[in-house]
Amino acid sequence: MTLTADPQDKFAEYAHPERLVSTGWLADNLGAAGLVVVESDEDVLLYETGHVPGAVKIDWHTELNDEVTRDYIDGEGFARLMASKGISRDSTVVIYGDKSNWWAAYALWVFTLFGHEDVRLLDGGRDKWVAEGRDMTTDKPEVAASDYPVVERDDAPVRAYLADVMAHLGNPLIDVRSGDEYTGARTTMPSYPEEGALRGGHIPTARSVPWARAAAEDGTFRTRAELDAIYRDEAGLQDGDDVVAYCRIGERSSHTWFVLTHLLGFEKVRNYDGSWTEWGNAVRVPIVRGSEPGGLPAQSVGSAQSPQVSR
Amino acid sequence: MTTGSVPAKLAEIIDDFQDLTEPDRLQLLLDFSRELPDLPERYGEHPELLEQVVECQSPLFLTMEIGAEPERPVHLFFSAPREAPTTRGFAGVLLEGLDGLPAAEVLAVPDDVPDRLGLTRAITPLRMRGMSAMLGRIKRKIREAQ
Repeated sequence: MTLTADPQDKFAEYAHPERLVSTGWLADNLGAAGLVVVESDEDVLLYETGHVPGAVKIDWHTELNDEVTRDYIDGEGFARLMASKGISRDSTVVIYGDKSNWWAAYALWVFTLFGHEDVRLLDGGRDKWVAEGRDMTTDKPEVAASDYPVVERDDAPVRAYLADVMAHLGNPLIDVRSGDEYTGARTTMPSYPEEGALRGGHIPTARSVPWARAAAEDGTFRTRAELDAIYRDEAGLQDGDDVVAYCRIGERSSHTWFVLTHLLGFEKVRNYDGSWTEWGNAVRVPIVRGSEPGGLPAQSVGSAQSPQVSR
Repeated sequence: MTTGSVPAKLAEIIDDFQDLTEPDRLQLLLDFSRELPDLPERYGEHPELLEQVVECQSPLFLTMEIGAEPERPVHLFFSAPREAPTTRGFAGVLLEGLDGLPAAEVLAVPDDVPDRLGLTRAITPLRMRGMSAMLGRIKRKIREAQ
C-alpha cells in the first residue's frame, strides 16, 4: 500500500509532485503503515549520531555497491537488503540524507534500477529536519524483516555505460561537477580526496551545471521556475531531449538526474555512473579542457565506435 | 606485522578495536567522535591558525604545537563539524593515541596504523584514506618544523 502524496503548492508545480515530501508531511506520517523512512548519508556514522525516529540506514558504499566489481548489487542482493530493512515491494519509501540529499538521491536512483515504484525524497533532507528542531533519536528501530521479491536490475532506462555515452555524443550532456573539475584544473572536488583520474577536463559538448545549483540555501530543491531557468533557458535542454548527466562517480549526478526526471519531467535521462573516474582514465576517449563545451570529435560523430576499453 | 614502533597508547587503542565485533568497532569510533574536545580558545577564535586536511571527505582542520628540545613533545588540535562523525572519530583516535608524545615517536608511527583498526571493511578503503591523510599531515608538519 502506498501513502497519499504531499499536497504542497511548491511540489504541485513539479512534473512529478509525488516524488517529494516535506518535513511536515513526514512528521505527520511517521509510523504510518506502509511507510519506511531511509537515511542515506555520505558519512557512514552520521545516522548513529541521531536520526528520524523509526528510520533505517542504508549506506551507499557498503550496501548498494557490489563489494568486488565496480557495479551495484544484483537483484538477489537488493531483495536481501530490502527485506533486512523491512521494505516490501509496495512500501512507500522516503529517503533523506546529508548534503542537500546528495546521497539520498543516489540511493533513490539505485532503487529505480530495480523499479521500486513508490520512492520519494524528503525536501531539504536531514539538515532541514534538524534545523526545524524536529525529533531525532539514537534508538535503533525494531525492523520486522519483510519479503521482497528478487527483481532483475534494469539499467538501460536510467543508467549509461561508457560505450552508451560515446554513442550519445551529439545529444545533451550535463556535467554536474565543480567549475574547476569541468575545465580540467583539478580532478576532484575541492576539499575531497584524490580518487585517481589520470586526465582532467570534460566530455566534449557537455554543458557545465554544478549539481548544487538545483538546491536552495536550506537544502530544499529550487522552485520549478528557478529550475526551468537553469536547465532549459541556460543549459538549453528542451522537451524530448535525450540527456546524460555525469560527475565523478555518479553520486552528484543522481541528484541532477532526480531534478531532470522527477521535477522537470524529462522522460529520457540517464546517469553515467562511471563518470569522470572512468572517462578520465579510459584510453583514447575524447576530452575537452577549458571552460567551453567544445565540439564533437570527428571520428565519433553519429557512430557508436567504442574506444579500446572494456565495459 | 610489526607493532614495535606503535606508541603504547595507540597500540592499546588498536587492541581495543581489534577485540570488538565490527558493529561495536563503529560504535567505539563514534565514542571517539563524541569525545573529541573543542578547540582551546586561542584557536577557536582564530580559525586562520588551523590548516585544512583536504584529503578528508569532510572538512577537518588541524594544528599542532611542538615543545622544546630534546623531547619536542607534540600537541595536536583538531576541529571537524558534528555532521562529520567519522572524520571526528579518526581525529579522536590520533589525539588520544599520539598527543604529548616526543616528535621522534610520532614520526616513527607506521603509516599503515589506520588499517590496523579493523574498520576498513565497514568504513571502506576510500574513507579510511582520510585517517591516513591526517597522520601524513601530522608527520609532514613535524618535519617542516625541524
